[in-house]
Formats: sequence, C-alpha cells, structure tokens
Amino acid sequence: MKRFAQLIQELELSNKTNDKIEALVNYFSEADESDKPYVIALFTGKKPKRPVATNLIRQWAIALSNIPEWLFTESYHSVGDLSETVALVLPNAEHAIEKPLHQWVKELAQLQGKTDEEKKIYVLSAWNSLTTQERFIFNKLISGNFRIGVSNKMLVNAIAKQSQQDANKIMHSIMGKWQPYSISYTELTSGSHVNTDNSWPYPFCLAYALDTEPQNLGTPTEWQAEWKWDGIRGQIVKRNGELFIWSRGEELVTEQFPELHFLKDDLPDGTVLDGEILAVKDGNVLPFSTLQQRLNRKSINKSQLENAPIGFFVYDLLEYQAKDIRTSILSQRRVWLEKIINRLKHQNSVFLSPVISFTSWEQLAKIRETAREINSEGIMLKNFHSIFHSGRKRGDWWKWKINPYTVDTVMIYAQKGSGRRANFYTDYTFAVRDGEKLITIAKAYSGLTDKEIKEVNSFVNKNAIEKFGPVRTVKPELVFEIAFEGIAESKRHKAGLALRFPRIARWRKDKKADEINTLDDLRQLLDSK
Amino acid sequence: MALIEFTNKGIYCKQGNFYIDPWQPVDKAVITHGHADHAKWGNKNYLCHTLTKPILTERYDLSDNVETLSYQETININGVKLTLFPAGHVIGSAQIKLEYKGEIAVVSGDYKTEYDGISTAFEPIKCHTFVTESTFGLPIYKWQPQQQLFDSIRDWVASNLQKNKTSILIAYSLGKAQRLIKHLAGNQSIFVHQTIANLNHAFENAGVELPSTIKITPEIKKDELQKGIVIVPPALADSRWIKNLTNPAIGICSGWMAVRAGRRWRSADAGFALSDHADWPGLLTAIRATEAEKVMVTHGSTATFSRYLNEIGINAQEVKTQYGDEEEAEEKVDENEIKEENLNI
Repeated sequence: MKRFAQLIQELELSNKTNDKIEALVNYFSEADESDKPYVIALFTGKKPKRPVATNLIRQWAIALSNIPEWLFTESYHSVGDLSETVALVLPNAEHAIEKPLHQWVKELAQLQGKTDEEKKIYVLSAWNSLTTQERFIFNKLISGNFRIGVSNKMLVNAIAKQSQQDANKIMHSIMGKWQPYSISYTELTSGSHVNTDNSWPYPFCLAYALDTEPQNLGTPTEWQAEWKWDGIRGQIVKRNGELFIWSRGEELVTEQFPELHFLKDDLPDGTVLDGEILAVKDGNVLPFSTLQQRLNRKSINKSQLENAPIGFFVYDLLEYQAKDIRTSILSQRRVWLEKIINRLKHQNSVFLSPVISFTSWEQLAKIRETAREINSEGIMLKNFHSIFHSGRKRGDWWKWKINPYTVDTVMIYAQKGSGRRANFYTDYTFAVRDGEKLITIAKAYSGLTDKEIKEVNSFVNKNAIEKFGPVRTVKPELVFEIAFEGIAESKRHKAGLALRFPRIARWRKDKKADEINTLDDLRQLLDSK
Repeated sequence: MALIEFTNKGIYCKQGNFYIDPWQPVDKAVITHGHADHAKWGNKNYLCHTLTKPILTERYDLSDNVETLSYQETININGVKLTLFPAGHVIGSAQIKLEYKGEIAVVSGDYKTEYDGISTAFEPIKCHTFVTESTFGLPIYKWQPQQQLFDSIRDWVASNLQKNKTSILIAYSLGKAQRLIKHLAGNQSIFVHQTIANLNHAFENAGVELPSTIKITPEIKKDELQKGIVIVPPALADSRWIKNLTNPAIGICSGWMAVRAGRRWRSADAGFALSDHADWPGLLTAIRATEAEKVMVTHGSTATFSRYLNEIGINAQEVKTQYGDEEEAEEKVDENEIKEENLNI
C-alpha cells in the first residue's frame, strides 16, 4: 500500500496535469502487477459493494479516539471528508503492517456477510497498523469514493503513454465490463476482454461551449442544430440479445429505467444509440427536478414511475448493423439513425431529438431564446461532416447555451470551509424578500475570488448575530447576484421553489439589501414557464 | 477584582495600568512575541523579552521606548509582579505571568510545547487564570515529531535536486524561517529573502547564533538557487520572481498543511505540517499543567475548544480578541518592507 499512498500524495500535491500524468506513468511502471487493475477500478469509480456501514466506522472512530460525538462532528466540518477525519482523530498506530493494495481490497470484500463484531475487529486492527495517510486510503477503500482530481481522460492518457497504446483503445478497454481480480494489467491494456463483451460503450463525444458569435462558424448550411437537453447523457447498447444503458458517468444504469427495456426486443442487434435520458410526458420534456426523483435509486415504485416517466431523446448512432460507424459523417449517421428509430414499434418513450431547421444565424438565435419554454438549455451545433470523436474536441461540436437566470439576493447565513479554509467563511446562504421577511432561496459557494472571500469573512466576523453549530446568521447587508439554470416547485424548501445549479455571479457592492428581488419575482418566473 | 480584563483595546491589567498585546495604541504595552497580530506599532511604551526587542527595532524602528526583561526576571509595576516565561513559539516569545495579592494570571500569547531547537522551550506555570490560544484546537491536529518532518523536507529537497527543480520553502520570516535554517543547514546553501536576512541579522547582533545563510540578490544565478534551498515569506508565494526560477517546486510549511483541503487550497507542490503552535494534545497538556481555575480561550477554535474543556471539567470561556490573523498580519509587514526597500524580488 506504501507505493499507492505515495501515488495519492503525488496526485494531490500537484495541480499540473503533466505532473499528475508523470506520477501515474511511474506508478504503472513500478507498482505490484496485481495492484494495477484495482487502481484503475478505483479511479474509474468501479465500486465494490460497501463492506462496512459509514455509521459503524464513525462510531468506532469516536469511541477509539475518546472524544465526544459533537467534537467529531466539528472536526468533520473542518476537514470536509469523513475518511480523512477518521484517519486524523484516531490515536497513533502501535505497529506497522505492509500489505499490497489488492490484498486489502480482497480482505475488505471478504467482510461481506460477517457480523458487525467481526468487522470491527478487522477494521480496528487495520487502523492500529497504518500511518495517517494509509488509514485515509484504507477508509477510502471501504467507502469506494476516490475523488482525487484524476479524470478518466487523464488516467487513460497515462495508461496509454505507459503501455504505448492508442488512447481510444484504452478508453474502450477500461470502460467495458471487467473485474480487477480476474484481469491482468496487460490484458486490460491490450483490450483482450472487450471483444467478447456485449456491453462495452463507446467514449462519448463532448462539445465545448461556443465562445464566439455563431456567425464565425461559417454558413448555416454546414451545421445541424438540435436542442441541448438538460438530463443525463446516455448510451444504449444492444448486442447479442442483451440491452445495456450507460450513463455518462460510465455507470451501467439499465435497471433504473424500465421504460426503455422494450428496446431489448425492439432494437436490432449491433446497435448503439447516443442520447439523453429525460423525464418525458406525452412527448414533452419535463424539468430536471422531475428527472431527479428517478436518479440513484435502488428500486422504483409505481408512483415514481407515474410522476416521473422516463424517455430517451436520441442524438446519434454509433454502431449500426454491428459495425462501428463513428467515423462516418454526421449526415450519414443521421439517415441510418432515423431509419432505426422510425422502425420502433413503441413510439412513446424513445424519440429522435428533433433537428431545428434554420436558414440564418439570426433566425437560430431567436429560436434559441425559446429554449426554456420546452425545458431545454439552449442549442447544440454539430458540423454535418463531423465524425463522432472520443471525448472533447474543439471545432466540430459546440454547445450554445442560453444565458442563465439571475436574481439579486442578500446573504443571511455563512459557514466556514474546510481545512485551511476552516478559518474562512466560504459557504453562504442567500435570501430574497417575502413581504417583511427574508426567505432563503439558495446556498452557494463558488464564484468569489480569494480576496473577496477574505473581505466577506471579515464582514461575517464583525456582523455575526447567532451561531448554530458551524453556521452563523449575519446581518442581511451584503447583496449578491445569483445565477441559476432553472427553477422548479419544491415542497422540501421553505420558499416552495428550488433553483437549479445556483452560483454567485457577482458581488453587488453597488446595491443595498432593500433593492434585492422578492419571492414574487421568482414565482412569476416559475409561472411564466 | 480580576487581574486581567478584555477591553476593546486589548487585554488590560487595571491594577498595573498596562495592556498585553493591545490592538489599539496605548501608553504601556507588554508584548508576548514579535508576530504582527500581537506586536502592533504605535504604542507609547513597550515591554518585552530581550530577544523580541530586535524584532520591534527591525520592523518598527523602535528603540528608546522599549524596555526588556529576560525569562524568569520579575519587575514590579504599580504593585503587580510581572515575570516572563518562555512560550516556545518563536525566538523571544514569552508567557506573561502577573501576580497581585496572591492572585496569579498568565497570558501565554502563542505557544508550542515541543522544543524547536531555537526558541527557549515552553515552561508550564501554575496559575489561577490562564489565557490560551486555540489556533489548532481540534483533535485532527496532531503534529508528527519535528525530526520526521525535517526528514521529509530533506527527502523532498533531494528529489527536487535530482529532477533539476528549485526547492522553495514558504515560511514566516519570523520563527519558521529561523527554525528551517537551523534544521536544514548542511551540505546545501540556504538562500533567504531580504526580510528573513534582516531579522537574522538583528538576532545575530543580539547574540543568537544561526547557521550561515545567503541573502538573495539579483546577482545570484538561478543555477545556484536551484542547487540550494530557497526560503521566502508567504507574501512572495505567488510572485513572478518565483515563477521565473528554474522549475520551481514550492513547499509550504504550516500546521494547516495537516489537512488535505489545506494543501489543495494553496497552489503548492508540497505541504509540510510544521507548526509553531501547540497541537491538540499539546494544548491539553499545557492547560492541565497550569492547574488553572479559569481558562480563557482566545483566537482559533475558541467555541469548540472551550466547550470541550468545560466538558472535561476545566472551567473555560471564550473571549473575543483580534489575534489570530497571524498570517495576514505577517504578510502585511513583509509586503510593506518589500515595498519600502523597493527590492527587485
């Protein structure tokens, strides 16, 4: 585990992509052969089933470190990560054990089905033999959430460089179905498993945001315009009688969407569709908040199926008659795609994402303004001659999003950040006016510079009214413009509505607290949709 | 009557009519140590440890109005017996013990319990009232022994050398810089920024022995710096001068580096949790050793720490002060100095 701990440290300490890739390349050149597939699995989010409940880990750590529970909670607020908090509060280890990473993972998997007492004995003895950094990794192995700033693309580039293979091939290979205990690093990088596997998806082709006027893209006849939908990008794979639905997070989500299971019988073998999973009723797209009710659920009940029916808006065709057609041009792929979709027997949950016809950029700009009326985020522009690239590539595909909504709010709560930022109030809650009262409408963190954070921090220190744990109520004085992507009714929020993806657009030092927006303003926005 | 009270100017001793570490100008200020959030400019008269005077002289150009004491030396101010004891924080740092009619109060300023090899070691003092900091007053902060930390700094420097990188350590010009110099002195030359060189010079004039270092000047070649160790204050951490060095690798030395979020927040290549403050076990040991009836918790995790002390049976309360912006205050002092001297770097 020492070598892996070193890798994690190197990855965390550098903020330069090249350094990270170098650290990964070195790791894959030097590490224990059997560890490598496990590391790839961890970094790509292939989680084993969690062997020990979070709550137990927490309880044991509190008992062992001999601190009250509230103090553990305070510490957690300051650290911002449970695995790390546990690693830091535990007493120092009394001895040292070195086991390779894959052995730890296997041992943890064997805890499945054991009693809590047996699990406890194992975990406590591990804690007592690991350094703080190793403990942190051990705890992360239990939780399965390794988020350390390594994107799939970066990992793939590093493996490609180390194994001297084509990056697309590696991406294919690691995105397919494989288990770290039954595959070697060499097998994985040579992709020997993917041919026999029916499920493998293709890397998604991603677009950059349009950073210029569309006029600069040339003539409109070169471009296919489609709506940009706000759902979950997905790929539907049908091969040898089996159906697989992949999300862009490279997770298999087939079971979550029974509405699409008819495709198993209806789609010809050797077909792969690219599209968007959306909440859809009578052919109309519903807001993202509706779709949210269906995400990350282990089981789905009848009322969820009725309230948030799912549909799939198809963008593209990647495999046709069992042939990879990604290098055929878009206009050709679209012809084949339409043929396939029009042949489907059920026409109520899978739809061709419509192509918007337009003759001038000015006309398209006007159409774009109406995107919100149909719960779209704007427009996608795809060059008719474009191939389906792997990953993000400039030039062929552009997203041309509508400008976000904005609302002027006043800050009423502030909370300290984590770690070094534990000294600064960095997380804020904002309110709008509702008659004489203020009502919270959003919580946001990003969007301020370090200098502004320091300024707000000093304001909070001087103007804190009350404290609730880590939260301070402050004098409602600082006005912030909040940008957001959508608005929906919500029973969970006091205001009766929820903003989608709120963030600080700017600090309105020019405005006073009595100039902020009202709840009525937001309601009108909601009703106008 | 209480021996100390917290006023809007600072910690006040009414019986003696003086302030300790005031943040507003007063007639008589007793200073625990030279960091800029404790030692402010503008007071009429100062009283501090013999080795804090060179800092005040160097930074604020004070001399005639600064009276000094050694550790364990007592003076009598209007009937209040005042004695300085080592706080182990930085060179010259002192706990201030006040005694009046059998009542004893100790104001500790900032302190650490591990001996750093350069500041006189912290000494616990029995008292009725103890004023403590709580900068790292959470159980997540437990320092590694400093030898281990210096070993990892040396390893880091060695690996930078091998990769043709320049090792740059970010450290406060007062305290951390001298500690690094003391422990890293050896085969490689240590290059220090002017603000550090000036303080070192002042300390040497006052009789403190420090390993030899080289002041950074525009004449020194990048190649030489790459082969040595460069120490600069936080004010220069993001400077163009650093970016222009040969493959700069930046290592921050601060207790905040114990937590991953702390390391990520700064654009550094390495973080070393080397602190001049007491960690969680250090704070608890120090406070228990005072046997104080009342503990007043100033800057840091004041609310959490005082709540915990009360739960373990130590009578504690949090007090509002303006200490604890050590980092910003120190940065400002260095920035001013950098501007005044109009340095190239």
